[in-house]
Amino acid sequence: MEKFKKLNSKLTPLNIENVDTDQIIPARFLKAVTREGFGDNLFRDWRYDNHDNLIDDFILNKIDFNSQILLAGRNFGCGSSREHAAWSIYDYGFRVVVSSFFADIFKNNALNNGLLVVQIRQNILDEIFNKLIKYPSLTFNVDLNDQKFYSDDGVFEENFEINEYNKTCLLNGFENIDYLLNIKEKIVKYEEEK
Amino acid sequence: MGKTLFEKVWDEHVVDSIDKGPSILYIDKHLIHEVTSPQAFNGLNNRKIKVFRPEKTVATADHNVPTLNQHLPIKEELSRNQVDTLTKNCKEHNINLYGLGHKYQGIVHVIGPELGITQPGMTIVCGDSHTSTHGAFGSIAFGIGTSEVEMVLSTQCLLQYKPKTMLIEIEGDLREGVYSKDIILYIISKISASGGTGYFVEYAGSAITSLSMESRMTICNMSIEMGARGGIIAPDKKTFEYLKNKEFSPKGNDFYKAINKWKNLKTDVDAKYDKVIKFNAEEIEPMITYGTNPGMGIKINETIPSSAINNSDESFKKSLEYMGLNSGEKLLNKKIDYVFIGSCTNSRIEDLRVAANIIKGKKIADNVNAWVIPGSKSVEKIAIKEGLSKIFDEAGFEFRQPGCSACLAMNEDKIPTSKYCVSTSNRNFEGRQGPGSRTFLASPVTAAISALNGYVSDIRKDN
Ligand code: SF4
Repeated sequence: MEKFKKLNSKLTPLNIENVDTDQIIPARFLKAVTREGFGDNLFRDWRYDNHDNLIDDFILNKIDFNSQILLAGRNFGCGSSREHAAWSIYDYGFRVVVSSFFADIFKNNALNNGLLVVQIRQNILDEIFNKLIKYPSLTFNVDLNDQKFYSDDGVFEENFEINEYNKTCLLNGFENIDYLLNIKEKIVKYEEEK
Repeated sequence: MGKTLFEKVWDEHVVDSIDKGPSILYIDKHLIHEVTSPQAFNGLNNRKIKVFRPEKTVATADHNVPTLNQHLPIKEELSRNQVDTLTKNCKEHNINLYGLGHKYQGIVHVIGPELGITQPGMTIVCGDSHTSTHGAFGSIAFGIGTSEVEMVLSTQCLLQYKPKTMLIEIEGDLREGVYSKDIILYIISKISASGGTGYFVEYAGSAITSLSMESRMTICNMSIEMGARGGIIAPDKKTFEYLKNKEFSPKGNDFYKAINKWKNLKTDVDAKYDKVIKFNAEEIEPMITYGTNPGMGIKINETIPSSAINNSDESFKKSLEYMGLNSGEKLLNKKIDYVFIGSCTNSRIEDLRVAANIIKGKKIADNVNAWVIPGSKSVEKIAIKEGLSKIFDEAGFEFRQPGCSACLAMNEDKIPTSKYCVSTSNRNFEGRQGPGSRTFLASPVTAAISALNGYVSDIRKDN
């Protein structure tokens, strides 16, 4: 896993609620046996029509800048547990998803792949969506160390929560699996005592 | 203070805890399938490690498999490759695989219980969110991502934060024509598709305990559709009776010893939940969804509302637009194009029996394509033996072979763009049953009667 570094970026606003993982990556694109390349089909059915033509007014097709932060409506990532959703968002180039509410499994999957989820208050999320209508180029910073999400125009500054353990993992690129592999003795002991 | 059922099972499985971090949770049973496991095996192979406890993992091919001609090689190359990869990985790592053609093959959440792999008090995980199904037996069962599949394969453990607990209690007698699918759709319509997020839900009350094991599974199955990590129901006589003589249940004396242990799996009287919600069974009626998340459901004779909880006006509008519907409109008598009876929510033998009972001797409407996809080889076998498959065939249904099928439309079984489907599955998301497809979630009974009439029908009026 790559280390999470402080970043500054414009936002990609996706003002839709209950974005489920079937929308993030439809099931018919889950046939691969490796983790690579899912970004091409991120939000596939919103990005392309039935004839594989780009749908011009979908946000990913509208903006021509590289954005590392996806700003999404509440209850992002609900539905299927497919980790391909987190892979496709990351593979597309996002490093952070900001919303007011995330589904549980998605949150775990994201963190396991170095994709930071930043939960902010609903009213602030609404305000940012509104502001971006007029100022789409406004840039924001995500500082995991200080747990801060703030805009360069000084208007928005939100603290966000993250567990100490997850924070350490993200900042250092540590993976859960390494932690578990390192405590195998304890696991064996648990099995014996059970 | 006493403990809830959930806490009892959880605490039993905590190997260790990280200070200010997650717990290390031991997993008793791990179910895998072709779609969410290949990258996990790649991870193990890259690290040059073997599966830690191969006997605790069971594999099947279900998500991506065709439901016709399963004896032939899979035509679609990518699907075939995925299934072959699963076969190869299981062989390399000594994992039991119930692949296509095997007598135990089927949807992962159907075969676990029916083979007795699922047992009370266990922790069970699978790279599929409807793992919550297994909670019907008093186990902690939840869906995980592929990185977590890799963790379980390599250490039989997961790092997990303990969810909060919620009790959903439903007292009273169910009305005529109301099935377990209606109960869960009703609950979700009341608390929304995100109302359970962060919680593990225990279902209790007389309306729950009166249900068969299969109906309980339908309830727990859809816990994830309210955002909950999982659902759990305390095991009782019905649970023990169901598990008796199942392939992998304890046998003889061991079985009675197990029951003695399982009997303690219930919430203590003085235990506290983080949240308690109560419903009255008599208020529940046959349900159907009209929108694009499972929380957007109504009683079948109601009109489509102008808002739904936890949906902004904008997303509500977008949802109805996708569905081609309007507020104030009735779904009842709405013409439909497809009926799908299947998925881990409603493809067990009980579901096929109630549906067959309704259509027996009748024909489906000309405007309808109707599919029945049994949940497993064993369900298929019983359905054939009991003559159900014949009833379906004669009525004009296509009785196919086991798999997830049009629940997620990864194989050829897709509902075409803009067509309406009454489906017994669990998700009505945009495109879930095929790009542009429009799904009405309902019980097998509603699906069957609607297939006959060719429009959305109420079993209490139209039968
Ligand atoms: S039937 Fe549908 S919900 Fe169930 S396991 Fe298969 S894809 Fe998932």
